[in-house]
Amino acid sequence: MAKVLRREGLGLLFISPWLVGFLAFGLYPMLASLYYSFTRYSGFGAPVVTGLTNYSLIIHDPVFWTSIWNTLYFVGLGVPLSIVLGLAIALPMNAKVRGVALYRTLIYLPTIVPTVVGALVWLWIFNPDYGLLNSILSGLHLPTGSWLASPDQSKPALLMMVLWGTLGNVVVIMLAGLQDVSPTLIEAAQLDGASAFRRFWHVVLPALSPVIFYNIITSLVFFLQFFDQAYIVSSSAGAGGNVDLGAPVQSTMFYSIYLYQQAFQFQHFGRASAMSWLLLLVTALVTVAFFRGSRRFVNYGGI
Amino acid sequence: MAQRIEMKPVAHGALPYTGPRARKSQVGTRLRAGGRHVLLVIISLVFVAPLLWMLSSSLKTNTDIFIFPPHLLPTPPMWANYPNALNYIPFWHYTWNTLIITVASVAGTLFACPAAAYAFARLHWRGRNFFFALSLSTIMLPFLATMVPLFVIFRQLNVIDTFWPLILPAFGGNPLYIFLLRQFFLGIPRELSEAAHIDGASEFTIFRRIILPLSKPALATVSLFTFLANWKDFLAPLIFLQSSDLYTLSLGLQQYQSLHQTAWGYLMAASVVFVLPVAIVFFAAQRFFIQGIALTGVKA
Repeated sequence: MAKVLRREGLGLLFISPWLVGFLAFGLYPMLASLYYSFTRYSGFGAPVVTGLTNYSLIIHDPVFWTSIWNTLYFVGLGVPLSIVLGLAIALPMNAKVRGVALYRTLIYLPTIVPTVVGALVWLWIFNPDYGLLNSILSGLHLPTGSWLASPDQSKPALLMMVLWGTLGNVVVIMLAGLQDVSPTLIEAAQLDGASAFRRFWHVVLPALSPVIFYNIITSLVFFLQFFDQAYIVSSSAGAGGNVDLGAPVQSTMFYSIYLYQQAFQFQHFGRASAMSWLLLLVTALVTVAFFRGSRRFVNYGGI
Repeated sequence: MAQRIEMKPVAHGALPYTGPRARKSQVGTRLRAGGRHVLLVIISLVFVAPLLWMLSSSLKTNTDIFIFPPHLLPTPPMWANYPNALNYIPFWHYTWNTLIITVASVAGTLFACPAAAYAFARLHWRGRNFFFALSLSTIMLPFLATMVPLFVIFRQLNVIDTFWPLILPAFGGNPLYIFLLRQFFLGIPRELSEAAHIDGASEFTIFRRIILPLSKPALATVSLFTFLANWKDFLAPLIFLQSSDLYTLSLGLQQYQSLHQTAWGYLMAASVVFVLPVAIVFFAAQRFFIQGIALTGVKA
């Protein structure tokens, strides 16, 4: 008995830093924000319980729905693009070509660039008057754009900026996954006369499914919460460094940005907490749903 | 990475055919390899071009910057942009701030994560699976979901506008890094621990003398990830730091924009200097980065 307790004690001792961190920076904030979400709270004084008022305020707030739409736009385009492009870039790298390490380094490089730097460089490239992109386009006699300055083009431009900074991760993971696909399997399929497409579709893709699945989950969670680039684009759009979040015309008002604005510009801690909890629920639901669904489509272990 | 039986796939051209078909397929293989290189060079260029543009813009005078269409190369290169840019804002002061937060966070990660990973991988105790599942379940926990209460907590502790809110959470460990280290620890042969046990070593001794020294690559990976995450962090400093005296580089960079108009040349020069340490660390320790990234996806 004493020995058992000692083993338990030892285990708890080793995990104690994490456990304290989890309680203080994970569990407690989650519960606190659930409580705040039912209160009116500006961060000063005591929260005043107001029931479901915050939730009702949110769902009657058009900006909230704009932010949902913008976020869905990013999730809906960003996740498939990440997966398809990531795989499309990793595939030619998987063939035994010389210099793969160099290509991989160059493609991965943008992911280590601080998001602020990446965003500012792209802001400069997208500059409607003096930017590189418009000068290339006009050199090719193609129509130029206002990009981040136009409400119609800001989302695609921003998405391109974000993908540039995140695709490298996907590519590296996909490539590692591809390199783990057993060559004997592909060889066997080849000997059986399977075409390149069929080899890819019936052998490589199923073997790669756990990796693809992992990438879907992580990019989904990423696009639900991404913040930095949108904030920087907004704060640069305002004259003299004014932060006009969501600019131009709320076309880059994402869920994360609106949550930040509610909390730290309007001091609506209650409403922001309600938004936090909705995000938490959606993230959890999406993750669980995907794990459930993955049992049907994902192939773990030997074929 | 999983041990793989070395069995090279038979290349097209190496099949023991003779006659015209073999020669044709050999040419085909060459062409395909060439095509692949062209494709990969173009793709790589797309990824690197913005960084090259940053470099080029960092060497342009303000008049050169606003020429349309822009010159690809600055003529002559305006090297003075660099000292000017670094004096335009308290750049070195911000670098120092960023460095303090980054180094402290790495220390915190190395304090909390290996120990927890050890308990999850190498100790047998009731509750292990429960706590491990608990830790896994928080990998996806968004910072956005906890930032408001965290702000309130840190204000009650009176540490808003100090580095503490950015450093303390690292000492609570990070579930993803704990998971990575656990996977690595699981791969270390049990016999090593058992032999040490027979020699009378305690779990602490085994952890410190056997497991940690054998796990240097994994520890390096985790340290690098922590370093990078904190070096480029934006949202947390934005919330927790208020006086410009405490700004990190990510926050400080915006100051090139706030006055009158954007000083693009300076901004790009400062950006280059900001990226440089990460780039150096990355090139020096690329192996750990790539392996670590691949490990998160392939082993998860």
